Amino acid sequence: MTGEELHEVALTVNGTARTARVPARRLLSDCIRHDLGLTGTHVGCEHGVCGACTVLLDGAPVRSCLLLAVSADGCDITTVEGLAAGDGTLSPVQQAFAECHGLQCGFCTPGFLTTITAGLKANPEPDDEQAREMVGGNLCRCTGYQNIVASVHRAAELTRAAGLAPRPGAPA
Amino acid sequence: MSSLFGARVQRVEDDRLIRGRGAYLDDLGADALAAAFVRSPYAHARITGIDVSAALEVEGVAAIYTHADLPDRLGQPLPLLIPHPDLTHGRTPYPLAKEEVNHVGEAVAMVVAADRYLAEDAADLVDVSYAELPAVVGIEAAREAADLVHPDVPGNRAANSVQEHGDAAAVIAAAPRRLELDLHIERSASTPLEGRGVLARWDEHAGQLRLWTSTQTSTGVRAAVAARLGLALTDVDVITPDVGGGFGVKIVHPWPEEVLVPWAARLLGRPVKFTEDRREHFIASAHERAQLHHVTVGFDDDGRIRGLSVRFWHDNGAYVPYGLIVPIVTSTQLLGPYKPDAYRVEFDSLYTNTVLVTPYRGAGRPHGCFVMERTIDAIAAELGLDRTVVRERNFIQPGEMPYDQGLMFQDGRPLSYDSGDYPALLAKLKQLIGWDEFAARKQAAAAAGRRLGIGLACYVEGTGVGPYEGGHVLVETSGKVKVATGLTTQGQGHQTVLAQLVADELGVPLGDIEVVTGDTRRFGYAVGTFASRTAVMSGSAVTLAARKAREKALRVAANALEVSADDLVIEDGIVHVKGDPDAGMSLGTVAVLSNPLRYAFDEAAAAATQFAGGGDLTRPPVAEDDEPGIEGRAYFSPVRSTFASGMHAAIVATDPDTAEVTILRYCVVHDCGRLINPRIVEGQIHGGVAQGVAGALYERMAYDEYGQLQNASFMDFLMPYVSEVPRQIEIDHLETPSPLNPLGVKGAGEAGVIPGAAVLAAAIEDAEGIAITSMPISPSDLFELRRGAGA
Amino acid sequence: MKPSPVGYSRPHSVAEAVQALASLGPEAKVLAGGQSLVPLMSLRLARPEHLVDINRLTELGYIDISGSNVTVGALTRHAGLLASTAAGRAQPLLAHALRCVAHPAIRNRGTTVGSLVHADPAGEMPAVLALLGGSVRVASGRGDRVIEAADFFLGPLESALEPDELAVEARFPVLAPAAGTGFAEVSRRRGDYAICGVAVLASLTDDGSSIRQAAAAYLSVGPVPVVLDLTDAVAAQPAGDRAASYAGVRELAAQHLRPEGDIHATAAYRRQLAGVLTERALRQAVAAAAARIGGGRS
Repeated sequence: MTGEELHEVALTVNGTARTARVPARRLLSDCIRHDLGLTGTHVGCEHGVCGACTVLLDGAPVRSCLLLAVSADGCDITTVEGLAAGDGTLSPVQQAFAECHGLQCGFCTPGFLTTITAGLKANPEPDDEQAREMVGGNLCRCTGYQNIVASVHRAAELTRAAGLAPRPGAPA
Repeated sequence: MSSLFGARVQRVEDDRLIRGRGAYLDDLGADALAAAFVRSPYAHARITGIDVSAALEVEGVAAIYTHADLPDRLGQPLPLLIPHPDLTHGRTPYPLAKEEVNHVGEAVAMVVAADRYLAEDAADLVDVSYAELPAVVGIEAAREAADLVHPDVPGNRAANSVQEHGDAAAVIAAAPRRLELDLHIERSASTPLEGRGVLARWDEHAGQLRLWTSTQTSTGVRAAVAARLGLALTDVDVITPDVGGGFGVKIVHPWPEEVLVPWAARLLGRPVKFTEDRREHFIASAHERAQLHHVTVGFDDDGRIRGLSVRFWHDNGAYVPYGLIVPIVTSTQLLGPYKPDAYRVEFDSLYTNTVLVTPYRGAGRPHGCFVMERTIDAIAAELGLDRTVVRERNFIQPGEMPYDQGLMFQDGRPLSYDSGDYPALLAKLKQLIGWDEFAARKQAAAAAGRRLGIGLACYVEGTGVGPYEGGHVLVETSGKVKVATGLTTQGQGHQTVLAQLVADELGVPLGDIEVVTGDTRRFGYAVGTFASRTAVMSGSAVTLAARKAREKALRVAANALEVSADDLVIEDGIVHVKGDPDAGMSLGTVAVLSNPLRYAFDEAAAAATQFAGGGDLTRPPVAEDDEPGIEGRAYFSPVRSTFASGMHAAIVATDPDTAEVTILRYCVVHDCGRLINPRIVEGQIHGGVAQGVAGALYERMAYDEYGQLQNASFMDFLMPYVSEVPRQIEIDHLETPSPLNPLGVKGAGEAGVIPGAAVLAAAIEDAEGIAITSMPISPSDLFELRRGAGA
Repeated sequence: MKPSPVGYSRPHSVAEAVQALASLGPEAKVLAGGQSLVPLMSLRLARPEHLVDINRLTELGYIDISGSNVTVGALTRHAGLLASTAAGRAQPLLAHALRCVAHPAIRNRGTTVGSLVHADPAGEMPAVLALLGGSVRVASGRGDRVIEAADFFLGPLESALEPDELAVEARFPVLAPAAGTGFAEVSRRRGDYAICGVAVLASLTDDGSSIRQAAAAYLSVGPVPVVLDLTDAVAAQPAGDRAASYAGVRELAAQHLRPEGDIHATAAYRRQLAGVLTERALRQAVAAAAARIGGGRS
C-alpha cells in the first residue's frame, strides 16, 4: 500500500505482542490474515453477517471484518490459532468439534470456535436453548448445525471433566 | 484389525482445520499481486467505450486489461463444456466482455495491483460507457421474447428438448381422470462460505504454470486453461487447496478469472491472485433452481398414474457453459420411484439477462421432485386417498429391478434403476414420523387453535455418474501409504473415507495413510466432484488400486520369506504368515525389497542392494511385466449410474396470525447402499436438509425487472442460521447395495436437499388447506395466499 | 469489498473530538461501534474522507441510573447495556429490545447511542427512544444541546445531528410505578432486521385493575419510528384478565400505519404484523405492569 498515511498498530495476539503499519482503512480481518500472517481467521462476507471472521477482542467475540485495525490498537486479540495450549493440546472446544463431526469444509469453523470458547466461559453449563443461542450468529453451509450444537454440549462436558470450568463466583 | 468399512471413524482432516491451519486459496500467495474486476452495473448493454487512463494513475497498479488486450485464443468465448444435440443455440461468455454485457456482474476489465484495496481503487476509476439495452428477466419475459438476450437466438431459446416413452398424450386422453397443474420454483444458489479464488505462478525458466484454484475439478481446469493459453497439459499443474464448500458452483470451469489470472501472471512475471468477495459471488458466479412447469396427468380411480406430460421452462441465465445438465436431470429424475405407463417431458432452456445457471446440489432433482410430489399429492386430494397409499400404488417394486425408465440420463446412458426398495423405505418413514397417528394429533391441535400439517416426498437420485475416476496407492519405504485420486474435496471427508477403504484393503493403520485429492501432479486423469460420485468412483478406484498394491506386496514378501503368497496376511502394516505374527516383515521393508537398488540411501535400503543376498540369480532383478516399488493404479468406470433413493417427512405448525412456519419434526429415511462412514453420511444429510429447508422457506434471488439483484448479500439473501433449521433431523437408513461397483455403495452427497421444497410445500398445504404451487414460500407469501383464498 | 482511502484521527477527549469534527467538515464521520458504518464503507456505499474514532473516549462508556432516566454514554456497547441489571430494573424495555438487536458479536461492539444516530427505521433502539420520549445530548464547538426523540429522527438513516456534532449520551426515561413495557418483532431469520416490530408502554390505574394509557412505537413501518397513542382503543379495558381482547389495537394500527412492501414482505403483511404484534406487546406490557403493582416494587 503506497501513498496513504500509515498508522502504527500494536496488538497482543494470542498472547504475543505484534505490530503492523497499516492504512486507516485496513480491516482488522485483513490485518490479522495478511499483515500478521495468521490465516486461520476466515473472511466469508465482509459485511458482518456470516461470523467466519470472529475473533475475541479483550475476550469478547467481535466480527473482525467490521473493525478497522487502527481502531483495535492496544487491544488483546485471540484468534483460532491461540485456542490450543502451548504444548499443542487441543482446547475442549476444539476437541469437541473433532469428536462430534462439527466441521466439514472447516471454513466457518474458526469463527465458531472463538465464539463458543467465549460463550462457555460466560456460561459453562448451557442448556439446549442457550447452546443454540451461543452459535446463533454464525453461518455454516455444510453441517446444518446439528453437530455444531452437539459440539457445544460436548465442549461443556470436556471443560467440566478437565476441571477447567470457572467455579461459580470465581473471576472468569 | 477389524474392518473400517462402516465405522464411524473420526475425520483425519480435522486436526489441521480446527487449529486454524487450513490452507484455503486466499491463505496462499502472500507475495502475489491482487486482481480485481470491473463488472457491468447493467443487465444488458452495449459497451461503447472503456477509458482506463485515470485508473492507471493509481499507485500500485501493475496493469489493467480489457478484451482488446487479449490474444486471439483467449479472446474467444469460453468453452461450452457439455454439448448436446438439442443445445442448438449455446452461448458462452468472453473472459472479458467484448462488445456486450448480458448480466449485472459480467467482467469487463481486470485490474492487477499490489493489493486488493488498491485494485478496487483503480477499478473504481475505470470509465466504461454503456448503451443500455432492454433487460430480459424472468421466465415469462424470456418466453414471451419481446426482447432478446442474444440477438441471434430467436425466442431466447438455447434449446428445446423432448424425451418420452410411450404415447403420453393418448394415454392421458384415455385415462379415467385428468389434472393439470402449474408449478414454480424460484432461483437460488449454492453460496458456499468461501467464494471462488485463483492463484497463478508462472515459471519462466521451465515454461510451466502452477495454478491453485478453489475448484471441484482440477483436471477440468487444467485442460481448459492449457487449451486457452496454448500450453501443453504437462506444462500446467493445477492444485486444489482446502476448499470452503462448493455445492456445485465450483464445478464450472474455466471461470474468466481462471484463464485471465494465469495469463496475467505470465505477462507480468509475478504471481497473481484473485479472491472473490461476497458481492461478486452473488453476481459473477452461478445460480440455479428457477423453473416453471405445466403438468398434465392422467390417472385412474386408484390413483395409478397412466400418463404424465410435463412441459417446462428453465431459466439458464445469460450463458450456458454447463449445457443442459440441470434441465435434463429435472426431466429424468422427475419420475422418482414411480412408473407411469407413458411419460413425455419437454423443456425450453431460456436465456435471461441474469447470472448464469449451473448445478447446485441436487442439480435439477429438487425441481423434478417438487413437480412429481405435488402432482401425486394433487391426485390423492382429488381422490380423497391417503397420500402414502397413492405413492405405494405407483412405486416400482423391488422385484422389477433393474427398471428401465426408457429415457437417457445426464451421463448419456440409459436411465435404468439398478436397485432400491421403495415400499420398505416408505414403511420406515411412516413409522418414524408416525404417519398413521398424525390425523388424531392434528385434530387435537386444531381444537387448541393450532394449525399442524404433515407432508412427505420421495426421490430417486442417480449417483456415481461416469465416465471414470482413478486411484493410485503407493507404499513408501517408511511403511506409510500415499493415496491419490484426481477428483476434489470441499468438506465431504474424502481423505478419511478413502483412507478407510485403503486401510481395510491393505491392512494398514488408518493413521499411516495420507490421501491427496485434486492435485494434477499426483493424479492426472480425473473428472471431478459432483453428482454424489466420490464414494462410488474414487472409492472403487482406490480400493482396486490398493488391491493391486497388496497383491504385489504379498508377492514380494512371499519371495523374500520363501513362502506362498496364499499363506500371508497383512495386519497393522505387517506382512506375516497366517497365525504366526513373528514370521513376517513390515510393509515398509517389503517396499524396500521391491525396488532393487545399487545405492543404499539409508540403512534400511541396504537390504535391497546387489550384495545383500537372496533373490533368484537366474532372473532379472525387475521382471519383464513388473515394475519397481509397491504401487497400484486403477480406474473405475461403471456402465451407468447407480440409483440411491430416499424419502422425507415433516410436521409443521403455521401461525394463524403471522403465517410463520415452524418445523416441528423432520424425518429422513434414505438408501445410499452400503455406508463407508455413517457419521460422514449423516453429516451430508444434515447439510443437505438445511439447504432444502432454506430453499423451501428462505432463499431466493430477488431480481427486479431491470435485472438488478436486490439481495446480493447475506443480509438479504436469507441463508439460514441455526435458528432456521430443524432442531433435530431424525434419520433412518436402508441399504440396498449397488450391484454396479465393488463396494456396493451409492452416492449420498446431495440426498438431503432434494425433497426439501416438496415435503414442506406438502406439509404447509396440509396445515392450511391452500394449494402450494410455488416455492420458496415466506410468511408474507403465505399470508397473501390466505388472503387470496379468502381465509 | 474494501473501503476506499480514508483519513483517521483518534481524539483523547470530547473537546478534541468536536474540534476535529469542526475543522474536518461534513465529509468527516464519527467512528464508534462501526457495525453499521464499516460494512457501508466496505461496500463503498459510504466514502467518508475522514474518520474521527471515539473509541478512546472511555469516559463516555457509562450507564447512569437516576430517578428519572437511564443515561447511556456514547461509548456504551449494546452488550454492556443489556448486561446491566440496574438498567434492566429501571427500564425493562431496554433489555427486551436489545436482545433483538442483531447477534452477540455485533452487540459486543455496536453502541446504543451510535444506533440512535444511525437512525435506521428498522432499528430497535430508535423506536424505544421514541416511545419513551427520551432524548440525545450532543456536543459541538458551538456548545451542547439536547434533542428530544420527537425531533431526532428526520428520515431513513438521517438524524437531526449537524455534521459537526458528536452525540455524547442518550437518556431513556425510567419505568413509572404502575407501568409496564412489551416488545415483539418478527424477522425473517433470528437476529435480522425486523419485518415489523412494536414496543409498547402501558400504564394501569393505581389499583392495577384496568388500563389507563398505552402507546406503541413501530420499527420497519415507515421512514422513521412511528409512535401511536393506543389509549382510545384500550382505555378502561381490564388489565388482569388474560382473555381480555385488545383487538381494537389491531384496527388502530391498521388505520394509522402505512408500511411499504419490499423483497421480504408485502405492505399488507406488514400491516397485519403491526396489528398482531401490537396486541402481543400490549399484553406483555399489561402483564408486566400488573406484576409490578402486585409485586409492590417501585
